[in-house]
Amino acid sequence: MSIVLDRLRGRFPADVVSTHSDFGDDTALVRRERIVEILAFLRDDPELLFDFAMDLTGVDYLGEEPRFEVVYHLYSLEKKRRVRIKVRLHEDDPVIDTAVPVWPGIDWYEREAWDMYGIVFRGHPNLKRILLYEAFEGHPLRKDYPKAKRQPTIGPEE
Amino acid sequence: MAVRHEKDGAPGTALTTLESLIAWGRKYSLYPFTFATACCGIEVMGAFGTHYDLSRFGAEVVRFSPRQADVLLVAGTINYKMAPVLKRIYDQMLDPKWVISMGACACSGGFYNNYTVLQGIDKIIPVDVYIPGCPPNPEGIIDAVVRIQKIIETGAPRAAERWPIK
Repeated sequence: MSIVLDRLRGRFPADVVSTHSDFGDDTALVRRERIVEILAFLRDDPELLFDFAMDLTGVDYLGEEPRFEVVYHLYSLEKKRRVRIKVRLHEDDPVIDTAVPVWPGIDWYEREAWDMYGIVFRGHPNLKRILLYEAFEGHPLRKDYPKAKRQPTIGPEE
Repeated sequence: MAVRHEKDGAPGTALTTLESLIAWGRKYSLYPFTFATACCGIEVMGAFGTHYDLSRFGAEVVRFSPRQADVLLVAGTINYKMAPVLKRIYDQMLDPKWVISMGACACSGGFYNNYTVLQGIDKIIPVDVYIPGCPPNPEGIIDAVVRIQKIIETGAPRAAERWPIK
């Protein structure tokens, strides 16, 4: 076990579901309830200092339960370490607390995950579509989005 | 248009109709508006450059205001989010106006058969000349301009006059 996962497990024993670092890629699957606390701990702990949220993305595991997954990629400029945090979300309740209070720069990534997967980030200051337009129907990177579906063409006034 | 050339020192005369005189003028002063969104735009630059030199056909004065342009040259992928912008630019152009759809993406969506790309700009605006290719050569653009000139010369109806296609 790596130092990052050790400290995370030691601090949140009930919230870390599983971990692995088979190829040096520290990964932790955690529960969604205390995600903001977990992320703030990773940022502030003097041994970890994950000050750079490199990426946030969604994953759709259609057919599995829970169906959706949110993946955070974090990097520590101070310690030169990376960690990947995963959270699974159920299809009927794809809601997770926003990480914008922890890293303001994660704002647009969360909007993208909402745009493409329909994952709701509770408490986000401006959760609206970022790549597509407002009249777009559906979330196109969901695996059950119809491949041949065509969107309504919007006029110049909309 | 019939032009008589007499080398007797007297001023020459030209017999024509007003329509064909205007068409003759229009034909050699097509001001294009390039709506370049993808790699086709690079070929458009090649066509306007010295090697292919579109100015030989009188179509080199690129206007970056749709209100001064005669030809809308749509070069590249148009997605649903871009579609209203293209429609507005087309609406802002003054009649008579012509549209060239350049490349596979503008003509049919090309290989972008996905959730966000408009499957051909003729879904929203009338198109006079289609250029196939991915991207087409500058020769293709020259050919399209010559075809527009033919439309003007012969007085054939513009696509806008047949729009929308029933």
